[in-house]
Amino acid sequence: MFRIAALFCGVLFGAGLAVSGMINPEKVLGFLDLAGNWDPTLAFVMGGALLVALPAFQLVLRRERPVLAPRFDLPTKRKVDARLVVGSAVFGVGWGLGGFCPGPAVAALVSGKGAVIAFVLAMFAGMALHSLVFEREGLAGSPAAIRGQGHGDG
Amino acid sequence: MEGFTPVSGLVGGLLIGVAVALLLLLNGRIAGISGIVAGVLGGFRGGVGGWQAAFALGLLIGALGYGVLAGGVPVEVPASVPVMVVAGLLVGFGARLGSGCTSGHGVCGLARLSVRSVVATAVFMGTAFATVFIVRHVL
Repeated sequence: MFRIAALFCGVLFGAGLAVSGMINPEKVLGFLDLAGNWDPTLAFVMGGALLVALPAFQLVLRRERPVLAPRFDLPTKRKVDARLVVGSAVFGVGWGLGGFCPGPAVAALVSGKGAVIAFVLAMFAGMALHSLVFEREGLAGSPAAIRGQGHGDG
Repeated sequence: MEGFTPVSGLVGGLLIGVAVALLLLLNGRIAGISGIVAGVLGGFRGGVGGWQAAFALGLLIGALGYGVLAGGVPVEVPASVPVMVVAGLLVGFGARLGSGCTSGHGVCGLARLSVRSVVATAVFMGTAFATVFIVRHVL
């Protein structure tokens, strides 16, 4: 059931990316190009997502536990640290160069385009590199890394 | 590039909002795609195995399904393959170092009213705007 729920949420998420046009990196760059022919669509996508997610999260987190799991698995980090800032800055540069963040990049694999596959493989490599540098046990090691715990924010 | 599409943007955004809210309600997890992808790479260990792979598969099915219904969705790659590879490396490494990306920080983190996510979102939006400005208007 847990996996079926995850699959279903993934389908909705992927459909949302495709419907909104965010699966198209050129359109994302249209938003990120303030000095060009600016396309505000991405703000409407984030706005639409938050319109649902913000009240829903507040309500859901009042519950004792989620429906299909014994407890919520939430980020625990509270402090704004150098890793958060530097990592986000590096991520933003990559996002600005390619117009892809992880969700749209994975979803755009359905286009079958070589450049998309190349981006995704490079993204995997970047993640693996992070594991090698910052997690002593490497990729297949610490369960914390696998569950995204201790990494906090998702 | 068909320009500004507020309605489809809003509808797609609402779908994404429902997706992340449901994942939290049902599974108690944050829909941060970079964490999910890293989970898939790590070989689905820990906790309830394989849910990350199921979610990632769902992303593909959702995009493919809409593409079939809509008669295709445009995916225009903005740069050469070498540049896309550099971009991918930076996105993968940066998202892990910064504990999240557009979905984990930009949607879920903001919805949780997380200060870390507000800072992360401001920083990556800032460097993305700056990067595009430099690439398109300076170089």
